[in-house]
Amino acid sequence: MADLKFIKMNIEKNRPAWVTGTITTEIGAIYSVSPDLTRVDYWEHLKCRISAFRNNYIVNPGLYAVGVPDKNSDVLVSANYKLSFDAFRKALKGLNVWILVLDTKGINVWCAAGKGTFGTDELVRIISVTRLDRVVDHRRIIVPQLGAPGISAHKTTKATGFKVCYGPVRAEDIGAYIAAGYQATRDMRTVKFPLVDRLILTPMEINPAMKKYYPWYALIILTIFGLQPGGILFMDAISAGLPFLLLGLISVIAGALVTPVLLPFIPFRSFAVKGWITGILAVFLSTTYISMLGHLSKVLLIAAYLFFPLASSYIALQFTGASTFTGMSGVKKELKIGIPLYISGVAVSLILLLIYKLGEWRVL
Amino acid sequence: MKYLSNTVSLEIFPEHCIGCGSCVEVCPHGVFAIENKKAVILDKDRCMECGACVGNCAFGALTVNKGVGCAAAVINSIISGGEPSCDCSGENKTGNCC
Repeated sequence: MADLKFIKMNIEKNRPAWVTGTITTEIGAIYSVSPDLTRVDYWEHLKCRISAFRNNYIVNPGLYAVGVPDKNSDVLVSANYKLSFDAFRKALKGLNVWILVLDTKGINVWCAAGKGTFGTDELVRIISVTRLDRVVDHRRIIVPQLGAPGISAHKTTKATGFKVCYGPVRAEDIGAYIAAGYQATRDMRTVKFPLVDRLILTPMEINPAMKKYYPWYALIILTIFGLQPGGILFMDAISAGLPFLLLGLISVIAGALVTPVLLPFIPFRSFAVKGWITGILAVFLSTTYISMLGHLSKVLLIAAYLFFPLASSYIALQFTGASTFTGMSGVKKELKIGIPLYISGVAVSLILLLIYKLGEWRVL
Repeated sequence: MKYLSNTVSLEIFPEHCIGCGSCVEVCPHGVFAIENKKAVILDKDRCMECGACVGNCAFGALTVNKGVGCAAAVINSIISGGEPSCDCSGENKTGNCC
């Protein structure tokens, strides 16, 4: 701290509320950020969790300060996705450190590492453009462990002279990691997938299913059920189509909410099978306990038992993207078996609906 | 939680391993351990093919078919004919990212 002077900054306009001032260094002023989150931050986090707002939620890449770091302070690396950055600065309360924010195009560390945007090239570039070697005297940077799929520690060291130390998986362990002399326990190095994490991810499963698939599904169902020899009858479409619209919603809930939440408790490892089991149970419970669904004709009931568990299975399979333990080889295997089943299931369901319609029209 | 058994593409070549422990450090699922100064795979089914171990092994002692374990990404690749990609990346990101 000896050669650094802290200056409270009040003059600059349009600076984000979380920037509290600047710290002067050999290479110029560096923004200092607050480790305290405000109500605005939390409101934005909520928007992020439930909508596409996340796609614009970014921090300018570069070097930031938390507390009053000096030339010996640690340098921690983060992504420029504001949700990740906020979790990070919050976890750094009480520490005096530098944060080096990589340009990951607003994507979180793990996804960006998988893509390579949180990668060796970007890390080398940002170390160079921020002139980090003049901000700190040591040659050590702490990279989040989940950045490792994108970062090659030995290549970074070769290119910059900075040694990459992989920090813990969770930001809240960073203090303990530093205090332990840059040692992470096995627990700190392991990714978990607890209930709260699974639950927090479900809105982003339900949203696309409802926006992308459900309107088309509803249109097709209403058209089929409304179709009469004399044309499409609106009242028929609603009254006869309603049970299937409801079952459609139930299968979205089964696949996008119930399956992720109960993931470890549903038998079998395959996400498609887990989703199918949840779907079968959901259709069974719905047709048993919802009186409107208890009166479906036999043909429609068979179609319901065929189609909706498959829909739930397909939606549950999408959760592989949010999960923390599925690999590409496994997902490919699931799809190789699943896609033909989904396509034939839809085809047979449509044939059953056709049979039902022909019966209704007294053709059969 | 474990994903499907016997599907993981991870392989280890002990003859190249010097036991530096980088793979143990970066693996988020505790797949590796060092035994007799060599890395060993404790449980292959826990591997999610993220490629962190391969990218951080300076001695080429590991291989894996690195990729995202994401159904949307694999379906995109089937449709587009390209590599699995979940549209999360950079300039042309269109949808919601995982």
